[in-house]
Amino acid sequence: MSQLIQHLINGLATGTIYALVALGYTMVYGVLKLINFAHGDVMMVGVYMGYATAYTLGRQQQKTFLGVVAIFLVAMAGCALMGFLIERFAYRPLREKPRLTALITAIGISFALSYGFQLDIGFLPGAAPRAFPEIIVPTEWLILGDRDVVVWNWQVMSLLIAVGLMVGLQWLVFKTRFGRAMRAVSFDHRVAALMGIPTDRVIAVTFMIGSGLAAGAGLLYAIKDTSVSPLMGLYVGLKAFVAAVIGGIGHVPGAVVGALMLGLVEEFVVGYAASTWRDAVAFGILIIVLLVKPGGLFGRVAAEKV
Amino acid sequence: MRRFAPMLLAALAMMVAGCEKKTQPTSTETDTSKQAAQGQGGTAAPATPAPGAPSATPTPPGEANTLLLGVATSLTGGQATFGISTRNGIDMAIKEANAADGVKGKKLEMRVYDDQGKPEEAAQAVTRLITQDKVVIILGDVASSNSLAMAEKAQAAGVPMITPSSTNPSVTEKGDFIFRVCFIDPFQGFVMAKFARENLKFSKVAVLQDNKSAYSIGLTDVFTRKFTEMGGKITGTESYSQGDTDYRAQLTAIKKTQPEAIYVPGYYSEVGVIARQARELGLKVPLLGGDGWDSEKLYELGGTAIQGSYFSNHYSPDNPEARIQKFVADYKAAYGSVPDALAALAYDAAKVAIDALKKAPDTSGKAIRDAIAQTKDFPGIAGAITLDEKRNAVKPAVVLKVGDGKTEYVTTVSP
Repeated sequence: MSQLIQHLINGLATGTIYALVALGYTMVYGVLKLINFAHGDVMMVGVYMGYATAYTLGRQQQKTFLGVVAIFLVAMAGCALMGFLIERFAYRPLREKPRLTALITAIGISFALSYGFQLDIGFLPGAAPRAFPEIIVPTEWLILGDRDVVVWNWQVMSLLIAVGLMVGLQWLVFKTRFGRAMRAVSFDHRVAALMGIPTDRVIAVTFMIGSGLAAGAGLLYAIKDTSVSPLMGLYVGLKAFVAAVIGGIGHVPGAVVGALMLGLVEEFVVGYAASTWRDAVAFGILIIVLLVKPGGLFGRVAAEKV
Repeated sequence: MRRFAPMLLAALAMMVAGCEKKTQPTSTETDTSKQAAQGQGGTAAPATPAPGAPSATPTPPGEANTLLLGVATSLTGGQATFGISTRNGIDMAIKEANAADGVKGKKLEMRVYDDQGKPEEAAQAVTRLITQDKVVIILGDVASSNSLAMAEKAQAAGVPMITPSSTNPSVTEKGDFIFRVCFIDPFQGFVMAKFARENLKFSKVAVLQDNKSAYSIGLTDVFTRKFTEMGGKITGTESYSQGDTDYRAQLTAIKKTQPEAIYVPGYYSEVGVIARQARELGLKVPLLGGDGWDSEKLYELGGTAIQGSYFSNHYSPDNPEARIQKFVADYKAAYGSVPDALAALAYDAAKVAIDALKKAPDTSGKAIRDAIAQTKDFPGIAGAITLDEKRNAVKPAVVLKVGDGKTEYVTTVSP
């Protein structure tokens, strides 16, 4: 029993990270119908920005509350800027081209970032994995029995942040003027432009929000698993993408539910079967969902989706 | 949405293809990947090329009063630190031999070619050493895949070759002119089983193996078999894949079996994280492992969690034996760093080669080969070397305990 509960907690913690990354995929897809495969690598860059900030602030200041906030803000702002640049120079020129062109460019950017960061020149970190500094003092938040079940403060924290961001995004999309503009662009960006909506600006801001989210997710991931490397984005990004598709890509709560589900399934597969099965099961679920319900669990085959 | 599905599958296929391409180089050759990873870490006691270090003085080939030893190893590229350590170790052995009047009245020289850590460059370097420089013996390389490429050429030309530190069993299977002075990978599984059972008196050990690495699987197989034969019990075997960062599911499953230790025969980059997560889940037992742990990165990634764990290795610079301490002191004086296992093994390989040159009646390939094959109880820095009929060194391994930012010598385990 205690083993089951521990697996449940571990799975939720993994799923939470997937959820935060999946939100970025879903946002960008919702507005632009573009699968931004570079999203996971933007996350990786965010982690290294956080890493650099943590070391710039010094080991002592990192653990203060303000230090942590500063690390998150710098990384998220840095990634938002990067998201803007990627959108401006890689995707915008291709906007009127067939959708596959942008998709291939996205994969290109993904590889450029993940392999570029393996170089060891100048500020680039090199290929070796690094230990992310303990910017949050890990505290056991709940212990059951003889340490049969352990819950840590950062696990609770990430879950709260993921749920909070999901609610925030729902509010942004459905309750604000900007959200209405996003939905209009999503519906048809040419017509939206004719109606006086600054399409380019809406898309750019959406990219920046998505990239900022990725950086936040990356930092939580780095706090959780401590080891960071330039290839981490490919893997997490792919899993989050699967989660977003399972939930119904373009659907904000769907991304979160799909991600939590995927995290739990992976955890149970590894815990009770073997790690070899993990990816097979994850992608198997994706295929089944696509066959049975091509729009994903929450997806509607409707025009209006953000 | 319907139009979206095929596009999605196409994209997925591309991603998966991309990912596979990326993982291949790290999972193909066990030994190489280990060394590549360490090389990228820039760790393993980077031996700074000191001034006055060997820069293969050009000697006219075939000059009457010198014997030329050929070295092909990686002085640049991802494994550069290994190649530099290797070159330094060989250089030291040659200088010592020359100080003691050389071999057969002749001075020894070495000719070093950089293979950039690439098998094709290694093969070319060996061809040059054999046909152009007419070396009497070849020393190198560290990475098994390079040594395999070299072994083919050396065997075909009938020039004996000794690899200091390629541990993949297939290297010496290339032919009867190929030797090694290190133990082969499966031996370490036996070493840890014996150490866990006899020294630590453990009876229940769990295994966490990297099922993408032949190195890890080989070590696990031998460990499991030997540990069970010695009366121990394997409480459970879990696996992970190279590059994972979350091992909590496996560790939670292991925790339930209440082992006294966990055998993790992986590479330092994963082991450090595994240690942290084990402690986090309340698993306080020590981890056990092999030479894939030997990197300074282990202390960074593992933090305090890895302290108190044990791994098997080729040698320990802390070994109190006077011979080893003299080697460490001499090496430090010459190259400014503590010699790592690679430097020690290279020194041993050169010593074995020089010894064979002294014993051989003439300097033909065949004569030298036969002399090397008779190496028995040769006092190397990384243990006494006896070559078996498969031309592998049968020698003890050391067990090291991970301390605060460094290792402590625990014991030596003989085959």
